[in-house]
Amino acid sequence: MNDFIAARSQMALSLGFHIIYSCIGMVMPVFMAISNYKYIKTKNPLYKHITQAWSKGVAIFFATGAVSGTMLSFELGLLWPKFMEHAGPIFGMPFSLEGVAFFIEAIALGFFLYGWDKFNKWFHWFTGIVVGVSGVVSGILVVSANSWMNSPAGFNYVNGQYTNIDPIKAMFNAAWFSEALHMTIAAFAATGFAVAGIHALMIFRKKNVTFHTKSFKIAIAFGALAAILQPLSGDLSAKGAARRQPAKLAAMEAHFHTEPYSKLLIGGIPDTVSKKVNYGIELPGLLSFLVHDDFKTPVNGLDKIPQKDQPNVPVTHYAFQLMVAIGMFLLAIGLLYFFALWKKREWLNKSWFLKLFIAATPLGFIAVEAGWTVTEVGRQPWIIQGVMRTSEAVTPMPGIHYSFYLFTLIYFTLSLAVVFLLSRQIKMVPELYDHN
Amino acid sequence: MLYVVIIFLFFSILLYFLLGGADFGAGIIELFTSTDNKSRTRRTMYKAIGPIWEANHMWLIIAVVIMFVGFPVIYSDMCTYLHIPLLIMLLGITARGTAFSFRNYDAIKDDKMQDLYNYIFVYSSFITPLFLGIVAGSVISRQIDPDATDYLSTYIFSWLNWFSVMVGFFTVALCGFLAAIYLIGEAKEQFDVRRFTKKAVIMNAVAVGFGGSVFIAAEHENVHLAHWIFGNPVSLVAVIAASLSLALLWYLLNKGNTKVIRILAAFQVTMILVSVGYRHFPNIVMVKGGHNLSLLKDHAPMTTINDLGWGLLLGSLLILPALGYLFYSFQTKQSRAN
Ligand code: HDD
Ligand code: HEM
Ligand code: HEM
Repeated sequence: MNDFIAARSQMALSLGFHIIYSCIGMVMPVFMAISNYKYIKTKNPLYKHITQAWSKGVAIFFATGAVSGTMLSFELGLLWPKFMEHAGPIFGMPFSLEGVAFFIEAIALGFFLYGWDKFNKWFHWFTGIVVGVSGVVSGILVVSANSWMNSPAGFNYVNGQYTNIDPIKAMFNAAWFSEALHMTIAAFAATGFAVAGIHALMIFRKKNVTFHTKSFKIAIAFGALAAILQPLSGDLSAKGAARRQPAKLAAMEAHFHTEPYSKLLIGGIPDTVSKKVNYGIELPGLLSFLVHDDFKTPVNGLDKIPQKDQPNVPVTHYAFQLMVAIGMFLLAIGLLYFFALWKKREWLNKSWFLKLFIAATPLGFIAVEAGWTVTEVGRQPWIIQGVMRTSEAVTPMPGIHYSFYLFTLIYFTLSLAVVFLLSRQIKMVPELYDHN
Repeated sequence: MLYVVIIFLFFSILLYFLLGGADFGAGIIELFTSTDNKSRTRRTMYKAIGPIWEANHMWLIIAVVIMFVGFPVIYSDMCTYLHIPLLIMLLGITARGTAFSFRNYDAIKDDKMQDLYNYIFVYSSFITPLFLGIVAGSVISRQIDPDATDYLSTYIFSWLNWFSVMVGFFTVALCGFLAAIYLIGEAKEQFDVRRFTKKAVIMNAVAVGFGGSVFIAAEHENVHLAHWIFGNPVSLVAVIAASLSLALLWYLLNKGNTKVIRILAAFQVTMILVSVGYRHFPNIVMVKGGHNLSLLKDHAPMTTINDLGWGLLLGSLLILPALGYLFYSFQTKQSRAN
């Protein structure tokens, strides 16, 4: 493994790991605040138990999210020093605000986790809300830093010099809104379905059914709503990519040739040598329609982009297909849930119904990973779209593959540890919360 | 605004050293506690740092963010030449942070897993400040060599030298000292108070010992530490103030006024940082051949510095009161509960 590939793999691994924890860190506090609110309102101790059970889970995730995030702030420099040297002052503003948001989050979490029965109950509830809000805000901020890499703004680039730097303009670059929106919704969808899935499994196994039914309802309400909004915001992201990063869109669609009535491709195996797609379903005109709002205008294909500026087509394409497929499935079962709630309440405890949600447990997170693969692999070979190549940014230090192996080992161990701890947490639910 | 940013940078580093340091130190104390008393130490420590430890570590993030936004060249150079010690420090932070919360939030408290978490926690509490100190030492050691051509002198000897390593051990001892002082105030029983007092004395002696070795190592590596510190009035005053406060601290240690000794300990560490920092300000990275990196020269363009400064000022309006209230609540509520 050469050092460049090792550095990219290590970055991808760390971000892929961190994103799971950060999604949970953004969304779970919101769920906790809701069930805490219900507890304060109804005085039903079950809601207190749900909140406490969740908050223990969150504490485990928060620690892992915090250390992997600390790791990332250093890795940006350890792996991409040349990038940070030039980009730091331009896209750093959201990171410094993010630092503020994290700080507030950490303080509020201290109050929330250690403050049960110590403070006024509304103050305690409010600190929970603060954890959620600052989590979401920090997510939005860091994504706006990433969207700057996709659509650089707020500086002039002349003869290799970065001049006229305006960090605020860089922060509100053209892509920030669609990317931040899509990511925030994704966090709710992924976490909502994952939490709902775990509780569905417990209902299915007839363990503490009331406890788990109440938890399920809170989680799925958010998950299902997010799943319905997701494709709409995804459409916005795709239109943006078509405008700003035609190479990325073409790779997502494995769209080799520019021609009128451009085809939307479902599935298929792209062959980059013969520039053809095998076994796919092609829907003529639909891609033109999605991008340009009319069926005829051609969408730029990979033939318009020099070979050396093209991303890896199969990876981008498969990742995109996977995300969209999962998006459609989650949309379907989200709608099904609302339908059942409205017309067919008896379905809610049927085993086929529960099985659908159990099956969906990991899907949201798989879609999140796939979506980031689209965004990041689709941007290659650029680290800053059109300005700096990833290969120019990498650290000169040799031997990065050892550090990559080490990180792989660590993240693997940490993931195992978290799964182990959560399973013990769930196992203890009857003993801890069943005395009434 | 540049000075606002520099002041924030200095304060984040200082607070990380004091608060995060006390936090690491708690693990170091646990490492050097006899097996019988380990669980007592752990209980005191958990009560003391549980609610605030997450916030303590945020100072590091703030410092890093200020570095890469405000002083990107300095950040990227440190990340290149000190890649390895930074990496080890990060691994330490990771192991420590996760072990600390896992041992508290593991729903089943069986000995086997708890022993494992404790083991990871105490050793990483030792490793992390050691390498933090090594990084700090290397930055001023003049051993970073941008013109080096081979792997060893570029990426290894930049930090693996007597001076940096001694600064590392000195840091470990200081962390242990800070933690012991902090825990004295948290301990509820006379037995523990006496134990932690003894630890504080030992740690202090160890710190003085390593402090001396730092000077010896500095001579050996041609770092003009003695000249920096004793050669200008501000550093000299800082050193004298540190020594006087140390004397006062020894005297008060047995009097049981925990607030004052805490302040004195923090003061002492602050003075040590001031005495070393003042002489080279604004240079913060000393490089072989004299191309030092300076906070006043190697900073980001002024538009960035201005925005960053405003961001930090506004942010601190939100953070400081909340943080103050967090410390206050858990201090007073805890003492009232007893
Ligand atoms: C639960 C997760 C999830 C689901 C169900 C979807 N997405 Fe997504 N998608 C993400 C999670 C995600 C993400 C991980 O959050 C990404 C990566 C970067 C970003 O901002 O969002 C993303 C990126 C992303 C991009 C790339 C944007 C860019 O690089 O500029 C496009 C075009 C779409 N998505 C489109 C869609 C469409 C049309 C979907 C239809 C169902 C869809 N996504 C479902
Ligand atoms: C947490 C969600 C994210 C995930 C899962 C993710 C995923 C990835 C992946 C898969 C790569 C490797 C691409 C390749 O080399 O082919 C990558 C590269 C990179 N990402 Fe992201 N990314 C995320 C968010 C971000 C954010 C918010 C930033 C910074 C603001 C960022 C900065 C980078 C950098 C600097 C690289 C290395 C250079 C490059 O390959 O272009 N990423 N990321
Ligand atoms: C899209 C990508 C990202 C999202 C959505 C995101 C979001 C978050 C969130 C919500 C947290 C709080 C942790 C928790 O509650 O468990 C967190 C932690 C953290 N993240 Fe990320 N992050 C992303 C990528 C990054 C990147 C690229 C960096 C580094 C430059 C970073 C740096 C940090 C740091 C330093 C922390 C620890 C803060 C703490 O102690 O709470 N994040 N992230």
